[in-house]
Amino acid sequence: MKFTDVFLQTSTKILVFIIMTFSIFILFAGHHNPGGGFIGGLITSSALVLLYITFDLQTVRDIIPVDFNQLAAGGVIVSVLTGTASFLFHVPFLTQTFTYVDLPLLGNTELASAVIFDLGVYMTVIGTTMTIITSISEDEK
Amino acid sequence: MTLLHMAILIPFFSVPLIPLLYKYVHQIHTGWFVMVIPALLLILFASYYSMQQPLDPVIYSVPWIPSLDIHFTIYLDSLSLLFVLLITGIGVLVVLYSIYYMSMDREKLHLFYAYLMLFMGAMLGSVLSDNLLVLYAFWELTSVSSFLLIAFWYHRKRSRYGAQKSMFITMSGGFSMLLGFIILYVASGTFSIRELIALSDQVSQHSLFIPAMFFILLGAFTKSAQFPFHIWLPDAMEAPTPISAYLHSATMVKAGVYLVARLTPIFGGHQEWFWTITITGLITLFIGSLKAVRQSDLKALLAFSTISQIGLIMTLLGIGSIALNSQYSGSSLLFAGATVAAIFHLINHSIFKGCLFMMIGILDHETGTRDIRRLGGLIHIMPVSFTLTLIGAFSMAGLPPFSGFLSKEMFFSGVLMTSRNLDSWFIVIPIIAWIASIFTFVYCMILIFKVFTGPYQPKRLDRKPHEAPIGMLISPMILAALVVILFFFPNWIASTLLEPSVKAILPQAFANGEEWHVHISVWHGLNTELLMTIGIVILGTLLYKNFHKFRNMYEIIPSRFSLNQAYDSGLVGMERISGMITRFYMTGSSPRYLSYLFVFLIVIVGGSLFLQDAFVLDLSDNAPIELYEYLLGFTMVAASIYMIFTKSRLISIIVVSVIGYIVSLFFVIFRAPDLALTQLVVETISTALFLLCFYFLPKVSKYVTPVKFRISNAIIAVGVGLTLTLIGLTAQGHHLFVPIAEYYKDSYTLAGAKNMVNAILVDFRAFDTMLEIVVLFAAGVGIYTLINLRHAGRKDQ
Repeated sequence: MKFTDVFLQTSTKILVFIIMTFSIFILFAGHHNPGGGFIGGLITSSALVLLYITFDLQTVRDIIPVDFNQLAAGGVIVSVLTGTASFLFHVPFLTQTFTYVDLPLLGNTELASAVIFDLGVYMTVIGTTMTIITSISEDEK
Repeated sequence: MTLLHMAILIPFFSVPLIPLLYKYVHQIHTGWFVMVIPALLLILFASYYSMQQPLDPVIYSVPWIPSLDIHFTIYLDSLSLLFVLLITGIGVLVVLYSIYYMSMDREKLHLFYAYLMLFMGAMLGSVLSDNLLVLYAFWELTSVSSFLLIAFWYHRKRSRYGAQKSMFITMSGGFSMLLGFIILYVASGTFSIRELIALSDQVSQHSLFIPAMFFILLGAFTKSAQFPFHIWLPDAMEAPTPISAYLHSATMVKAGVYLVARLTPIFGGHQEWFWTITITGLITLFIGSLKAVRQSDLKALLAFSTISQIGLIMTLLGIGSIALNSQYSGSSLLFAGATVAAIFHLINHSIFKGCLFMMIGILDHETGTRDIRRLGGLIHIMPVSFTLTLIGAFSMAGLPPFSGFLSKEMFFSGVLMTSRNLDSWFIVIPIIAWIASIFTFVYCMILIFKVFTGPYQPKRLDRKPHEAPIGMLISPMILAALVVILFFFPNWIASTLLEPSVKAILPQAFANGEEWHVHISVWHGLNTELLMTIGIVILGTLLYKNFHKFRNMYEIIPSRFSLNQAYDSGLVGMERISGMITRFYMTGSSPRYLSYLFVFLIVIVGGSLFLQDAFVLDLSDNAPIELYEYLLGFTMVAASIYMIFTKSRLISIIVVSVIGYIVSLFFVIFRAPDLALTQLVVETISTALFLLCFYFLPKVSKYVTPVKFRISNAIIAVGVGLTLTLIGLTAQGHHLFVPIAEYYKDSYTLAGAKNMVNAILVDFRAFDTMLEIVVLFAAGVGIYTLINLRHAGRKDQ
């Protein structure tokens, strides 16, 4: 199903970037403010859905050549591996840690292993949501 | 980890390497590489054996799951040493033999050897483990590898049938054995066999002690193909012959014997142990030999003879266990003689039966058939094979000068002991044993003379027979040589292997330190045992000559009532019943499935709420409800009622979204920004999903659902709503436990996160989140496969 709605297409081109940026902000802000990997992933997905609705599947696939199934699998792997990293320090599975580091430009920044774990969640959520939506919409009767 | 632990694990480690060798080395048969493993292990275990003195038991323990009392403990005493030597020794010979038997071009050698190594590791593990649960794990692994090996030529229907049958029977026995082990643990608090033996007095006081004994015996009997579970072994003969020689005669079927021997110190003093094992063993011995005689397939003949011979070993172990019975403590050492015979015959049987199986394999390989009716007169064409078969078969028949004669004589003294030292009516036992031995003699003669003498029928053979290549003959030659060597020098192993093994099986009988030594001699004078053997030879020869006259006696029992028939119809019946049950509730209608879920929710949750009288209504803590909260609540209720009665799908989708957005508004009001944000986005995306699905759904039809269905649905709906409301109110009113919330308040110091919700998700309860994303991923893959691959299977048809 292809729409040729100029208003929708024009506004989508701008909106998608805003939503995407916001979703990544939400992902990293989650540590201290409302947000996190799950919400971030869902917002990214909604941006992608908006793209799919505005343009057709093939166009979007050309712009974003990502296999969402692999993305989801990668997310699960990232999360599980973050958990196993704790074995190196002889602490139980999935023990998270954090530290404060002085980074250029950003100043005193907190680095938390939980954020990497959250990144895995983010990837899985996008991958799965988009797999489901593209599978259903590609399906021909 | 010690060297012995590694010895068990090396075969397992080799499993992934074998396919690589097979893939990249084409010039050399994979078997040559594989043979290194059993050969090295044989050398390792042989280094524990000394000709001068028995082995002092060796114990190595590695904690595995200490919290469950599971330790990977290796206990190597003479009894286990005997078994590991058999496993690795015959393993080397079988691999050597298979190099010539299994064609490099036609067979999937990498799978064959990988399964074989899997089996060998599992078998070593089960005879070396001191921990019952570890033993159980290895035990089941032998069943699995046996399944894989029987089904090696899986394109044959009989192979698949045999594999499934052996798996069903041995694994159900294994389960019951596990139950027995657990009862032993409950009674004693330990899984260690050594500790159990030390605690055997305490364990036997437990009320479930006798059931535990039967459960464990069931495991041993199914594995060792004892009556009435013997039916799997003839069907297991569909495996390649090296496998039949190794698993189904020399090693795996002896696992049950090992278990019985190993646990005799715990159970042996009880009459039930003696009766069950002796009677089962005798029946198996008798039926096995009776059935072996009428087989026309040589491998089936050997299968039944294996069944019968293991029955013989079991009978001896049963009689030997009397030594532990307090009633007969005066003559206990006499009965230990039966156990010596059991162990000695076990060694002999592994050797001569391995040899015979290899010979049958050679015959099959060289002539293309195993059917007695088509074979004959091969003595001039295959003289070496004839000699080797003769040695093996005469040993099995119990004739001198072969080792089988010695253990057969000891077997006769064992069974005669019962009638001499117990009640006189025990004379039945030696009589049955004697009759079974006559039949044993007859089938041994069939094996030799029907195949190698008589008319040569080249027209009925698929290919022109000739003597087997030397490589194939080496292994049976070594085994045949052992048969003769053991006859002349039985005492080489008597004091160093047999005696300590028997002392390990019957430790209590030797507790008072009496002098007792095993000495095997060929000539005992003209005693009853020798007369029995002479009688067997005379009667057996007569029976063999006139066998065609007796054939009809097998027709007395119609095949309809056979055990195999019972197994087959039981299998079909079980499939039918489970099919009926499944079809009854798996109707394929999702409203029906949802109603199951909801009915169970009402019954279990609502029912327990009612039965426990748990409902509490406590509104004292509640904050006052504002006007707009009322307003939102009523809008939600109105929207849901409207959804039920609307006829348009589009409207119902929109109404569902309305409900979802109101929920997120509630989250905003109750100051849960994370939840509100998530709910909002979820609503957006699920609406998009709904619309996508909506595109594929048929129009709402004019079909009117029956009133009955609508009423039952209404009852379920009201029930679910009521149950959940009551639960919500009750949860509000109860304060059974201190809330866990206090802990999460420290999220900033504990996890460095100011957002408590996020800290819970990714840190405090990260394990939950991890599993949730796994579930999410699995659901995604599920939908992907359902939609994209649903036509994939149909193309093949």
